[in-house]
Parts: sequence; C-alpha cells; structure tokens
Amino acid sequence: MARIIAGVGSSHVPAIGAAIDNGKTEEPYWKRVFSGFEKSQAWMRETKPDVAIIVYNDHASAFSVEMIPTFALGCAAEFPPADEGWGPRPVPVVQGYPALASHIAQSVILDEFDLTICNKMEVDHGMTVPMNLLFGKVDKNSHWPCPVIPLAVNVVMYPPPTGHRCYMLGKAIRKAVESYPEDLRVVIFGTGGLSHQISGPRAGLINSKWDKAFLDNLTKDPQKLAKVAHVDYMREAGAEGIEMVMWLVMRGALDDKVDEVYRFYTVPASNTAVGHIILANRPRARKAAGKHRPATAKHKRAAARSRQAVVRSR
Amino acid sequence: MPRKEQVYDDIPGTFVFDAERSREGFGINMFCMSLMKDENRKAFKANEAEYLKRFRLTPAQTEAILKRDYNRMLELGGNIYFTAKLGATDGHSFQHLAALMTGNTQEGYAKMMLGGGRSVEGNRSRSGKDAPSAFVAGGGAAKKSTKPKSKPKSKSKSKSAKRK
Repeated sequence: MARIIAGVGSSHVPAIGAAIDNGKTEEPYWKRVFSGFEKSQAWMRETKPDVAIIVYNDHASAFSVEMIPTFALGCAAEFPPADEGWGPRPVPVVQGYPALASHIAQSVILDEFDLTICNKMEVDHGMTVPMNLLFGKVDKNSHWPCPVIPLAVNVVMYPPPTGHRCYMLGKAIRKAVESYPEDLRVVIFGTGGLSHQISGPRAGLINSKWDKAFLDNLTKDPQKLAKVAHVDYMREAGAEGIEMVMWLVMRGALDDKVDEVYRFYTVPASNTAVGHIILANRPRARKAAGKHRPATAKHKRAAARSRQAVVRSR
Repeated sequence: MPRKEQVYDDIPGTFVFDAERSREGFGINMFCMSLMKDENRKAFKANEAEYLKRFRLTPAQTEAILKRDYNRMLELGGNIYFTAKLGATDGHSFQHLAALMTGNTQEGYAKMMLGGGRSVEGNRSRSGKDAPSAFVAGGGAAKKSTKPKSKPKSKSKSKSAKRK
C-alpha cells in the first residue's frame, strides 16, 4: 500500500530560483534564505520518498487566461520546465508517475473533486523552486531524486478554491494514495506564500503575525485554518498571499495529529515572506517496534488517535 | 455596466483580479502573454500602437499600456503575472514595477522590503476595518511579538512608504 509519510510547506518565490541559477546563493542576502533549508535537505535525503505530490500554482506559463482550471493534475510521464521569459530554468525535466497520478485522478473525481487532467504540461518556478529548496541544486543533465505528481491550483484569478475545499481535497488524495497497491512512500508539498502582495499601490505588504498564526494553526488546528475566508487572506496577507490555501491541500492529506519536524521563516525574498515547514505523520502503531521502545501511555494514546484518524478519513 | 462592488474592494491599494476583471482584461493579458515570444517583442517595440491593434483592447486599456500605467492596467483587468511580462520586455526588474505601482523610488521600495515590508497596520481597510482578523488575534500569535520582525530592525522609518 502507498502512503503519505510527510508534508512539506514552502514558498516558491521566483527570485530564489534565479539566485540558484545565477550562482548567488552564497551572497549574504540569499544565504539567509538558503541556510534555512539546509536541515530540510538533510531531512529529505534521509527520508528518500518514492514519489512527491507537489501542489503549486502556475504563473501565466502553462496556463494563460485562455484556460483557468481550478485543480489540474499532471498525469504525464514528464514535465519540462517552462520558459518564463528568460529561457527555461536550467533544471532537469521533472519525471512524472502516471500510474499513481491517474489512479489519484480516478479516485478523487469519484469522490466528487472534479479535477482537470493534464497529459501534457510544462511546469514553472511555482514547482521547481520548492524542489530546489528541498532537493538542492540538481544539474540540468542529471535527474531529480524522485518522480513528481504536479497538482496545479488556480490562485491567480479570484476566486481560488476555498481553504476548506483544498483541505478536503487533501483528504481525498490521501484516500486515493492509500488505495494504491504499490508500496510507496509519498511526500506531499504545499507551496506558495507566505504573506506578500506584488500588485498595486499596496505592494510590498508583509504580515509576520499572520504568517506565524498560519504556521501554528497548520500544525495544530488545520480545521480552524480551513475556515479562514479569502478576504481575510487578501486583507491581512496581501492579494497574492491567498496562495497559502494550497498548503491546506498538503495538510488535509496528513493525519489530524502530526509532528512538526522543522520550521523556517525569513523576510524578505524579493517581495515575499519565506515560510517553510515540515510535518510528519506519526508512525502507525507498529507492533514490531514495541520490542525496541516500550509503549508508554502517551504512545498508546497517539497510536489510537492515528488509527481513529485513518478510520475517519475513509 | 459599472463594476459590482465587492467586499474585497475595501482593501486599499489593491485590485483583485476577479472573474469580472479577468473578462474585461482578456485583451491586456493576451497581449502580455504574446510577449513571451521574441518576434512579438520585436514587433511591439518597433511600433507599439500598431502592435496593440492585434488585440481586443478598449481605448483606456491601450492608453494604460502605452503609458506603462501599471496600476491602471490592473484596474482595467490586467493581472500582475501578465503585466510583469511587459515590464520584462522593457528590460525592467520586477522591483522597478513595484516602485512604479507604489509611487516609491526603487531604492525606497527595496529598503522597505529589507526592513520587513509594508506593515499591514493602517493598510487593511478603506472603511476603517482596522482590527486584525479574528484568526490572527485569536490564533495564538497575538500574545507576544513574533521573532521574524525582529531580524531586520531599526528600519521602521521606511515602512510607511505609501499608504492609500
């Protein structure tokens, strides 16, 4: 059985990609950003997921204003980096995982999430920047450490899907993954944010209090977070800060109770507050593991909770 | 038909790219998208007004583009991810556009960002809804000041770059 073992939240600021591509990561301004991801890269190397599902948004690259799908799942075998005006980023073509992707599509559509299927799609910085932040710099002629299933969410044209809808889609994705027969360890990414506004006279808005509350609730009370209205995101976290709803897809795909493995926050990367979090599902009640670690009352309660969570989500 | 008043129109200095603006601004955004191709950039640069005739634009939209009035483009249905392509065609960094839109100098804008960005305080609402959202107030973040702000300190003077 495939299962989701952890979730990653990460900003996807384009200038971060440019800093990597132009060899500026050691400059003090950028070092401040990249040093926050060193532990994450070590965590990722150790975790070695078999597949990553990456929730991101396209920025006038693959989708123009001609077609604006609310949720679009990439089922292709590969996803080339898009030319965003300066030539495609010098990163490897992203390999897909079509068998699992189409399984997810079929499962979640029958669960009433009407996805758009993309069998040919280019991916922009929204996806490749978080990949670099978590997997490190990868030579164009080499390959990313694992295949990826992209899920593009419209957050460019208002209204994006609600936070609650995103959260529930995450639950449907989890159910789909868990009904896939192959033994796969899956990590899911939510990307974008945190607070930023890049349009209009109010551009440059940053709200660190909001961002902290967002991260705190993401870990501890995602259901409360899922109720936050779009207008609150836009007012408090900037017109483009509404991207944060995408993190709720990631959160919905995890257990109700998770462990916060790591968190990083810095302001700014160009116009944006950079936020990053790693949330891990707690190990399922492992009978064999009992030999090494005597189950304390706390562990038993945690195991019981995670079993309940699984039952609830079915 | 005048634009229907929306709840988010109360947010100052912000043009939300909603379904209505998306419909109205289709021509602006398709024009911007065309600039992804080098031959189109050259054709546009050779004769801007002529090139713009290829797109379904209102006179006001054409004028906003020719004048590089980025806020007006947003108001008339342009989206920032698209209009940024026009800025790139002109050889400008995004910060240049941000400075234009905020009525700041590029240096001033850069300084404001290094100082932690534009504060939300006083920038939430045109109609005086200045209280933080219940989510932040009750989210456990209000109890004490958060660490991130403390990093680039003593730059608060540049924060009120422009309030609208």
